[in-house]
Amino acid sequence: MDDLRKRLHKTEERLNYLIRVKDSSTWGNLSGFQEKYTHLKDSFYDYREDELAQKILELEEALSFIEERCEEALSSMERVRIVRSPQRFTLKDILENVYEDFTELSGEEDANIDPSMVTAKAQIVRRIKNKIYSQPVMVIGQEKGHGEEYRNGGSCKPWGNEKALRYMRVAETEGIPIHFYIFTPGSFPVEDYPGAAQQIARNLYALTKLRIPMISVISEGGSGGAEAVGLADFRLMFSHGYYSVISPEGAAAIEGKIREGEKVPPELIDSCAERLKITAADNLGLGTIDRIIQEPTLGAKRDDFAFFKQLRSEIIRATDEVVLKTKSLRAFRAYDVKMKKAEESATEEPEINISWDLNADEIKRLLRYRSKKYRNMAANHFGGQPTSAEAFYRKTRNVLFRLYYAFRYDLLRQRQKQVEKVIKDVSGEGSVLLKRITSPFTTAYDFISRKPEAKKTRPTIERPSIPEELDIWGTYTSPLANEDRTISCPNGSKYGCRDLWVPDLYGEFCGVCENCGHHFPLEYEWYLKHLFDPDSIRVFNSEISSRNPLDYPGFDERLKLDRAKTGRNSANITFYAKVMDVDIVVTMLYSDFRNGTVGAAEGEKFVRACEKARLKRRPLLAYIHTTGGIRINEGTLGVIQMPKCTMAVREYIDSGGLYIVVYDNNSYAGPVASFLGCSPYQFAIRSSRVGFAGSRVIRETTGEDVPPDYHNCRNALKRGHIQGIWDRRDFRKNLYKALLTMGGRNLYYR
Amino acid sequence: MYDDINFEEIINKYRSDPYEYLDIVTPHTGRVKFKVNEGEEVDGPSGKWHHHPGTLLYILDRENNPKPMNSQINGVVTSLRAELEGHFVEAGEKLMTIKHPLKKREIIEGILQNVLYLFRAPEKAKYFFSLDIQARLEKQGEKAVFIKPGEEILTMSLMKRDTPIYYSGEEGIIHSVYFKPGVSVKQGEPLIGVCAREKLPLIQKIITHVKAEWS
Repeated sequence: MDDLRKRLHKTEERLNYLIRVKDSSTWGNLSGFQEKYTHLKDSFYDYREDELAQKILELEEALSFIEERCEEALSSMERVRIVRSPQRFTLKDILENVYEDFTELSGEEDANIDPSMVTAKAQIVRRIKNKIYSQPVMVIGQEKGHGEEYRNGGSCKPWGNEKALRYMRVAETEGIPIHFYIFTPGSFPVEDYPGAAQQIARNLYALTKLRIPMISVISEGGSGGAEAVGLADFRLMFSHGYYSVISPEGAAAIEGKIREGEKVPPELIDSCAERLKITAADNLGLGTIDRIIQEPTLGAKRDDFAFFKQLRSEIIRATDEVVLKTKSLRAFRAYDVKMKKAEESATEEPEINISWDLNADEIKRLLRYRSKKYRNMAANHFGGQPTSAEAFYRKTRNVLFRLYYAFRYDLLRQRQKQVEKVIKDVSGEGSVLLKRITSPFTTAYDFISRKPEAKKTRPTIERPSIPEELDIWGTYTSPLANEDRTISCPNGSKYGCRDLWVPDLYGEFCGVCENCGHHFPLEYEWYLKHLFDPDSIRVFNSEISSRNPLDYPGFDERLKLDRAKTGRNSANITFYAKVMDVDIVVTMLYSDFRNGTVGAAEGEKFVRACEKARLKRRPLLAYIHTTGGIRINEGTLGVIQMPKCTMAVREYIDSGGLYIVVYDNNSYAGPVASFLGCSPYQFAIRSSRVGFAGSRVIRETTGEDVPPDYHNCRNALKRGHIQGIWDRRDFRKNLYKALLTMGGRNLYYR
Repeated sequence: MYDDINFEEIINKYRSDPYEYLDIVTPHTGRVKFKVNEGEEVDGPSGKWHHHPGTLLYILDRENNPKPMNSQINGVVTSLRAELEGHFVEAGEKLMTIKHPLKKREIIEGILQNVLYLFRAPEKAKYFFSLDIQARLEKQGEKAVFIKPGEEILTMSLMKRDTPIYYSGEEGIIHSVYFKPGVSVKQGEPLIGVCAREKLPLIQKIITHVKAEWS
């Protein structure tokens, strides 16, 4: 009877799970099942044992049937509910069941700097012909917990991500692979140091060139939080997981223009979840992940031990694949691993032992593959692809350019530098030697013909002088100035600022309050005209255009409207320009096109700007007029721009480039948490706002209100996120100074 | 000293009219458009940082710049000059009065400010009680420390330099402390309120009275 009671109890669990996944008991007559179950439970002792066993078996079979029907037509939102179920496996379950032995390095339970991020050193074991081979790995990932409050649902705090980075470096030092497990609905959006956005950016920047094989597995991939531990050589995803740019609820609130505090209609959330293409199959189709790990019907739970066995096999196989790719001698082993992959249910144990240690050449190859992998992501999801003839012409031109610049900078400049160095050394040595020899004579001569001592002057250091310029401000006036009215400064009550006459404000005052210095927003054209030397702007890649890769309903029309409004194809303008005769490459996100959001086209243009700056050895300026984050209408194709662009930035900086970021107006979310936040030199224009999530999202996520000036650049400066605040009127001068002081003589480090 | 303050009169004043009247005047010229009616209840700024503005009272339009004017205090709109609706007014023109019902705390504060001797901050700085006074406060408890003019009562801490502050004023008992140690106080703000020893029971009585009478 005990056994029957257990079975009945299990049936109840399955039934409740199904109701939770469906979010109603009306589907498939689940309430009927519930009645049957209650009846059996209440009259448990009224039946004979064999009768009861028969009844329970019937219920179980019927339940299995209905579960399979549910699985067949599983919607995106139902998958989200599966992932959020407290019965789903978590990282600790994986550590206990997939790995042989592990030591948690991040604290114990709630005695932890951030209990939602778990880092552990573990051993993973493969059995080959009754022999056991154990390999050490670093396991890093978010821990959702099974209902523990302090786990924060896997929503990592900035210091949790910082901890992850620390142990990534440990793994790099030890030369062991990292297995990342992503179980996060998103990062905890607080700005406290090290800052949600800035820390994710730092993690991504480090991950791009971490000299070890890395595998990531996604169960719940919530945008930026997922990327903080998501950039890997091989990206796996659980079949019932989701990977998305924003939570379906968040997308629905934006889409339906729902006011704060109001309830979002569930149908809208369902449809948003479908539109965002968040499932494993969708992501595999989009190329944002490499392979899917199949889970049992309606998702794996914490006690699905067969699934954990399969997961071990899959993770070992993925690591093997990454490692083998870098080996020179790999043909047979790679073939073997590949054949295993081809089989649908690759559950059996690996049969060969592959060492995960890499030598220097193999590491180089690993990094090259990683770079290539992210460079090619979302490559077919923007418009303006060249024809084959154009592509050939460009390729040839690029090769020629590369040769020319390699000759000019690498060869000539290098030789010149070496010669200069030798001359400098020889002349230094010579002058000291000469001084030694002649000093007794000169002292004697000075003693004999003593003259009144000349006044000693301090040696002057050659400083970069800022050329005096004629007033270039008069050439362009903002169209905002064409209005006869006054406007009040928002700081009026605080500093007693007087009302400003609009033609004065947007004309002579450059949109700055005369009294308190508050900066009113100005259109991006103003900067194009005032920041760079006249007629020095040469736009490139303007043909690359934003598209609607997910066929998001209504998005084509919105793109069309923005195209007509701006006359441009994307939210990123990339161009060559000069600032006081210094050649630079500029990438500029501006508000008029989809609020400066970043999608596949914008990311591609950014990467190409990095490549051009690298090729021509020029400084790169990212001027962010406004960015609203990653474009949600492009789903994970947008999210993938975070690692893609950060990779480009890293390679540019590593090659010796000077990368400066200047934020203006509003800069939020994904871009700040990746390719912008990773810059060593970040500045902001006064009165701008920099942050990870807006106030409303913070309120809804953390339950705490934030002060009205929470994202203000001054606070960002206080928190150490940016390095300085510039006045708009001094932008050109400050930029020139920054280029000279940080770029050095060649405006390029090495 | 005891007789020169008529407590009954003070308390009667608050009893008969427990309101504060705040005149709303235009800060500058402009055309007025009222957004409230006579007798309407209005709210002051709210939120943790007072970042949600109070009820919109009127819009003052000058040079095509419609400026919304919000209430700084809660209460009821009275003496609304509806005849000015849509008219051009000069700066300083009274538009309405907000009748603000006084809270228990505000009444007690008002009475105390009237009857206590307030010792004010000589400079913008951080203030601490002198060691002696601090020790006496800890030993004798609140509302028991007696001070005399010329006594060193406070330490003013400014830019890491500590200056002793000597009390000047009526002798008496430290009744109220208006500063917090380590928090900067502006010049002229009250630091402590002192009352004569014989006045203390009466002040206590009046506070108890107010506490019981007003909700």
